[in-house]
Amino acid sequence: MFQQALEKVSKQVLIRDRYANFIGGKWVAPVEGRYFDNPSPITGKKLCEIPRSTAADIELALDAAHKAKDAWGKTSVQERSRLLNKVADKLEANLELLALVETLDNGKPIRESTYADMPLVVDHWRYFASVVRAQEGGISEIDHDTVAYHFHEPLGVVGQIIPWNFPILMATWKLAPALAAGNCVVLKPAEQTPLGILVVAELIADILPAGVLNIVNGFGVEAGKPLAQNKRIAKIAFTGETTTGRLIMQYASDNIIPVTLELGGKSPNIFFADVMDADDDYFDKALEGFTMFALNQGEVCTCPSRALVQESIYDKFMERAIARTKKIKQGHPLDATTMIGAQASNDQLEKILSYFDIGKQEGAKALTGGKRAQLEGELAEGYYIEPTIFEGNNKMRVFQEEIFGPVVSVAKFKDENDALAIANDTLYGLGAGVWTRNGNRAYRFGRAIQAGRVWTNCYHAYPAHAAFGGYKASGIGRENHKMMLDHYQQTKNLMVSYSTKALGFF
Amino acid sequence: MVERVQITDKAAQIVARLTAQHGALMFHQSGGCCDGSSPMCYPAGDFRVGPQDVLLGEIAGCKFYIGAAQFEYWEHTQLIIDVVAGRGSGFSVEAPEGVRFLTRSRVFSDDEVAALAAAGPPARAA
Repeated sequence: MFQQALEKVSKQVLIRDRYANFIGGKWVAPVEGRYFDNPSPITGKKLCEIPRSTAADIELALDAAHKAKDAWGKTSVQERSRLLNKVADKLEANLELLALVETLDNGKPIRESTYADMPLVVDHWRYFASVVRAQEGGISEIDHDTVAYHFHEPLGVVGQIIPWNFPILMATWKLAPALAAGNCVVLKPAEQTPLGILVVAELIADILPAGVLNIVNGFGVEAGKPLAQNKRIAKIAFTGETTTGRLIMQYASDNIIPVTLELGGKSPNIFFADVMDADDDYFDKALEGFTMFALNQGEVCTCPSRALVQESIYDKFMERAIARTKKIKQGHPLDATTMIGAQASNDQLEKILSYFDIGKQEGAKALTGGKRAQLEGELAEGYYIEPTIFEGNNKMRVFQEEIFGPVVSVAKFKDENDALAIANDTLYGLGAGVWTRNGNRAYRFGRAIQAGRVWTNCYHAYPAHAAFGGYKASGIGRENHKMMLDHYQQTKNLMVSYSTKALGFF
Repeated sequence: MVERVQITDKAAQIVARLTAQHGALMFHQSGGCCDGSSPMCYPAGDFRVGPQDVLLGEIAGCKFYIGAAQFEYWEHTQLIIDVVAGRGSGFSVEAPEGVRFLTRSRVFSDDEVAALAAAGPPARAA
């Protein structure tokens, strides 16, 4: 199945054996001529070779970006919007193919890349193509002689470093607003999943002017660091883990540039007793909401990896939740009915297994799962984990740390105050889920949770136009909303005097 | 004395190799997304630590830090730094070697907890 899929993709879209960097609209080999192997987590076998870039390649990309930035910055909003829409159209025309490439590179089920990742990607380009058209500056009439004109100006050239969990989507979340706002970008994809964005670049190479989008591949320490520390970027954006987030902020301080960060969470999914008032469609939806910890193999910053269930319904709820979890279909990621695919790499797998170990040591009880999944045939050397439910309390490490696997830790709560205390007892504040039939409770509770995204009677929805980002240690800034245009612009205030008389100072 | 952080022989060998390449190194235990919940290894001095970082100990000649807020949730466990085959994590120096440092943990016994309490809280970075 894997080989067939690979051949299919190779025929329709050029999947090369070896890639170069995308710089100035061309494919440019890495200066030091070094490459690394890119395996697929589905089988553990090699997909292609990717440039192992260094500072020299970052400099080439920055040269190209700076060469293009004045013209792109002066390009009318109408024209930039038109081009972003063309990008959206091109990606939509190749949606199934891109979904396949994404699954091969990341291991996520084809069902998810086709119906979740790629449609969100297409729409995101269209969203920013749209909102930038309606963006306005401002006029402040200071007095009869003085007017302050406010203009949005692009920052210039920005650096972006993205993770591997939704490769093309994460690239899109960063690129669409930055390019819409008139910036040129140097993007460093995650070394674990470099393929998707390179295939995208190939498809859109003739749409964007040369140098507007540049992609430099490599390891964080060799290619990401020279980008983040570079004096030729006006901003750095990063999605990843906490310590590197701090490191990026430190680098940004070298050059006094703005930083936006998305750093992960330990999002609580809270189920109030009234969800079981009836065994109806809504309760069925709530059970699906619980099971959302398995979406994308749990490799989501907002994974609902803590579930808090009200004491009075705990036993009955968990009986149904466990049954629902056991129904998750694990299998070949290329099978359209598979619900959960491969973890992204061996070290991710090992990390999850180490959490199973510490969980058990701390006294957490595995209600289902708790081990590696051994699959057959060509999947035998891939990285698969059984969906797992741990039962315990919020002070355990499995309740406090991102495991980044299909693992949920469940605890009871007595009442609203108890639920709120437990929900907020975390370093993070990215996502949360609140499930209740009572609108007032949902509202008050949602406003009290210290998280940037509170899904209410739903989970894992990421439509454009809904701002997304973290509180506390989960990061700085928001994505998916037109407010991001501001994140990639600066305000020019032309303060104009129409008075012809001196003030009398000097 | 109860050690809060230890390192396996295999991981120590990797550290030795990386030190030869990069010079002195340090560790910071990361939380959070993607490549997090794992130790990050940087050239010493690359990553600024301060009053909000706790020095857990020294392994293979490298200082090992963790964020103070995170330490509160971890302090009942010992960290054992191991290494596995992997895709690495972005900015951690072992990434290009095809391996990844991994934090294994062991819950401290009651005796160990008492001993650690008697020893007082570990030092902050600054």
